[in-house]
Amino acid sequence: MSDVLVLADVTYVEPWWMQILKSIVIFLVGLQILPMMIVAERKALGRLQNRYGPNRVGPYGMLQPMADIVKFATKEQFRPRTAIGWLFALAPVISILTAVAAFAIVPFGDTVDIFGTRTGLYGIDVSIGPLYLFAFGAVAFYGIMLGGWASGSKYSFLGSMRAAAQLISYEVAQGLALVGVLMTAQTLSLVGIVHAQEGMWYFIPQFVGFIIFVVAGFAETNRPPFDLVEADAELVQGYMTEYGGTRMVAYLFAEYLNVLVVSLIITTVYLGGWLLPFGIDPPTWVDPFVVLFKTFLIIFFFFWIRATLPRLRYDQLMSLGWKVLLPLATVNTLVTAIVVVALD
Amino acid sequence: MAWNPGDDVIAVQRAPQPGGAGGLYRAFGETLRGLKTTFARIPEGTTTFQYPEEKVPVYPRFRGRHRLHRFPDTGLEKCVGCSLCAAACPADCIRVVAAENTPENRVSAGERYAAVYEINLSRCIFCGYCEVACPFDAITMGHDYEMSDYHRPDLIFTKEMLMAEPFERTPLRAEGE
Repeated sequence: MSDVLVLADVTYVEPWWMQILKSIVIFLVGLQILPMMIVAERKALGRLQNRYGPNRVGPYGMLQPMADIVKFATKEQFRPRTAIGWLFALAPVISILTAVAAFAIVPFGDTVDIFGTRTGLYGIDVSIGPLYLFAFGAVAFYGIMLGGWASGSKYSFLGSMRAAAQLISYEVAQGLALVGVLMTAQTLSLVGIVHAQEGMWYFIPQFVGFIIFVVAGFAETNRPPFDLVEADAELVQGYMTEYGGTRMVAYLFAEYLNVLVVSLIITTVYLGGWLLPFGIDPPTWVDPFVVLFKTFLIIFFFFWIRATLPRLRYDQLMSLGWKVLLPLATVNTLVTAIVVVALD
Repeated sequence: MAWNPGDDVIAVQRAPQPGGAGGLYRAFGETLRGLKTTFARIPEGTTTFQYPEEKVPVYPRFRGRHRLHRFPDTGLEKCVGCSLCAAACPADCIRVVAAENTPENRVSAGERYAAVYEINLSRCIFCGYCEVACPFDAITMGHDYEMSDYHRPDLIFTKEMLMAEPFERTPLRAEGE
């Protein structure tokens, strides 16, 4: 263990064109994964319920998202009379912007030489990685809050209120769960965390933290069983009730993008990022595929949980967050701190 | 004196109380059990029918679209235009206009025949009362259930359409299946 906090690797500077190129590639890849996720979710849910998913549009139903997008894009753009216009239009933009922004710091691989320049296979390696993530995670809820509030509808308002309460309950536990990893790795850089996992991935020593992080990640992305923000049985669609057409697509894309980002973060922080077990060390260009493969496993777990668990009641959600996850995360942090000091 | 249930008491099996470390452990275990249950559906494969290509066979007594019949030997219509089916129809979807048979124009075996026989399938509830009411078994319920159309007038089936041999669009369940 080193005595100083390891900061991000800032000993090299990438040329401006490489940064632009990287952003475009990451953005393109990220947004191409989304339709795949949507069709994969529907097909996986189908198989988990003894049925086929969509299989009519294109080969194996693979073009279903295209049909959905065309359908949504041709819908009328409308808003309720009681809505606040500019906030109503702005809210989905905030949602999708923050989801995309969190994508920037996810490391897909180590540094490689591309066109003679040293390039990291990530958007940027910041020395405050998790803080950046949590900051944008918190801002993302402005999208949901403002969307529900600006709609001028009681269902939307109730949905966004629930979202606010859920964020507060689960972000604390999620942050505390991550503190264990940060103390073990002695760095806040996500690339540094991956390097610190050479030898053992963190989901083994930090198993409790891993479970807490995954559960809180489900709550953070409003996925089942914590999707009572948009509980359709009682709240119609929650904050999305008054949205239609492309604005609703923006919200849905933001949700799936959040699932993708959370899966990538779980992969990076707990499943060793681009590292492979048993000393297998492939060339660096394989790294992104390793990361994406692990991410798809986590994403499949999201689908699997959705097919398995029913939605929690609101008080159950609150008591799980405050009475179970938060104490567990605190104890986990304490024990980790003691072990780290004892082994130092 | 209060009633004593005595030996009739059945102890209710209750789950352990939630909460605490044991409750947390059980919740974790039960979640894993649920995950196993749903994942076991994948190797089972699908149980659905790909409808327009694969059709579920109907039973012999399935009540689908009506059919009017002729005598197979003489080729005369069985329907004599008595309007009992129209009287029995609770949805009031059958319209019969009878006409007299003449020696030159003999259509049915009886005295009269149905000059107009229309069933408005957009009103029909497929109860089968017409089939029961008919004294000559002239109208029966067929097996065809694919009758959707784009215009309401197209759903009024005339005598010629009901007489015509239907396309075999619906598979019939074999005996004992």
